[in-house]
Amino acid sequence: MARIIELLSPTPPGWGGTLLVGLLHSVEIAAGAFGLGLVIGICGAYGKLYGGPVVRDLLAFYTTIVRAVPELVLILLLYYAGTDLINQLLTAMGYQRIDISGLVAGIAVLGFVQGAYSTEVMRGAILAIPQGQIEAARAYGMSPGLLLRRITLPAMLPFAIPGLANLWLIATKDTALLAVVGFFELTLATRQAAGVTKAYLTFFLAAGVIYLLLTLVSNLIIGRIEAWARRGMPSLKEAH
Amino acid sequence: MIAQGTAPALKYTAQNDAAEAIHVENLHKRFGELHVLKGVSLSARDGEVIAIIGGSGSGKSTLLRCINCLENPTSGIIRVNGEEIRMKADSHGHTVPADRKQIERIRSRLGMVFQNFNLWSHMTLIENVIEVPVHVLGVKRDVAIAEAEKLLARVGLAEKRDVYPAYLSGGQQQRAAIARALAINPRVMLFDEPTSALDPELIGEVLKVIGDLAREGRTMVLVTHEMKFAREVATHVVYLYNGLVEEEGPPEQIFGAPKSERLKQFIRNIG
Repeated sequence: MARIIELLSPTPPGWGGTLLVGLLHSVEIAAGAFGLGLVIGICGAYGKLYGGPVVRDLLAFYTTIVRAVPELVLILLLYYAGTDLINQLLTAMGYQRIDISGLVAGIAVLGFVQGAYSTEVMRGAILAIPQGQIEAARAYGMSPGLLLRRITLPAMLPFAIPGLANLWLIATKDTALLAVVGFFELTLATRQAAGVTKAYLTFFLAAGVIYLLLTLVSNLIIGRIEAWARRGMPSLKEAH
Repeated sequence: MIAQGTAPALKYTAQNDAAEAIHVENLHKRFGELHVLKGVSLSARDGEVIAIIGGSGSGKSTLLRCINCLENPTSGIIRVNGEEIRMKADSHGHTVPADRKQIERIRSRLGMVFQNFNLWSHMTLIENVIEVPVHVLGVKRDVAIAEAEKLLARVGLAEKRDVYPAYLSGGQQQRAAIARALAINPRVMLFDEPTSALDPELIGEVLKVIGDLAREGRTMVLVTHEMKFAREVATHVVYLYNGLVEEEGPPEQIFGAPKSERLKQFIRNIG
């Protein structure tokens, strides 16, 4: 027991600090990717619902491909091929090659994947808004941008939150996939700590507990946000 | 398009000295194969209350919704406050407003009240009422709130200002929707069957509010099934049948001495 505590201590020779740095990187990536996914999702949902035939076809292609291919394959493909492509373009245009940071690449890759799922969540949520509320906003002269900001987004939120909560939890766990491209997040940190100390069980259990805590804290926050988003809606219990 | 002087004579112009707030001329609306409006003309001068009546499918709601381009008319002229709504054909050949800014400006001066209230469910009543003044018309928030409180008091909902619409009865929601329409200080109020979605015992409270507005000289266009109410408050009644104006005139004439057989039958059936 004393050895376990010593191993997990946040200060060297314990590896707790390493795990926490890994966790921090995981949360950074997850938050960035989820945020990027939200932006892609809103644009994607709008494009699918209101766009012309070309936009709709492109978006259907995007959501189908991304949701069809395993995420690990996409990550490997986008991470290596994507950075290579950017550098080839840069050299072709006469610029210096750049080193794309693991953080930026990780956010971009996972965000691209999240965006496809997010598009469908948002599309469903926008369709669930009573159309009369959108119509009333148009009838009072709201511009499309104002209507999106003041009516569509807040009105669809209650319908989007369950799906978005799933996406957030998936994002936190998908960060582990970035270990295969050498990004230092919680899973890679755990592998390092376990590899050096040979205390595999201890460290992987610890990582499991950390992921669980992350989920539990997330659930608390999501619950608050959902209660706020549903502020205008009587609960089902009250209604019956 | 057609200049003012060459417009075909409208059958009815009660107060010729008052400015024309709404002018609709030879309006057609097709939904695909379905020809809903087949050349309807309508005029509302300041202070007039125009009641549009007619059976189901006569095109009365479509006519009202064309005035603020919630439905885009297929052809015809619509002038609001003397300003003609410019239309153009889009890439599919549908007629759409040519200038989004123009249509938004015109809409922000027409207070629309819907059959299903359509209050914004994520906002309290006071937030619903100040939404358009603050975010579309640029009124200062505290000014808008003070005004909204007066309007809510006027429709008898002062104490409900911080309640969300879902917690209110249909009659209360519709009265709040009327306050929302009044908050923009509308040039014309458009009512689209405002009592049709209400339980019978709640209709009276909404009609009372609308009646008070009519009596204080608000310009209104009202699509309704409440014939008794139309007779009381309207200055002019338009009876639509199958996408055309079958008969129109002052309420005493329409309800007291209808000429058209169809109108006679309609009044018999509904009365």
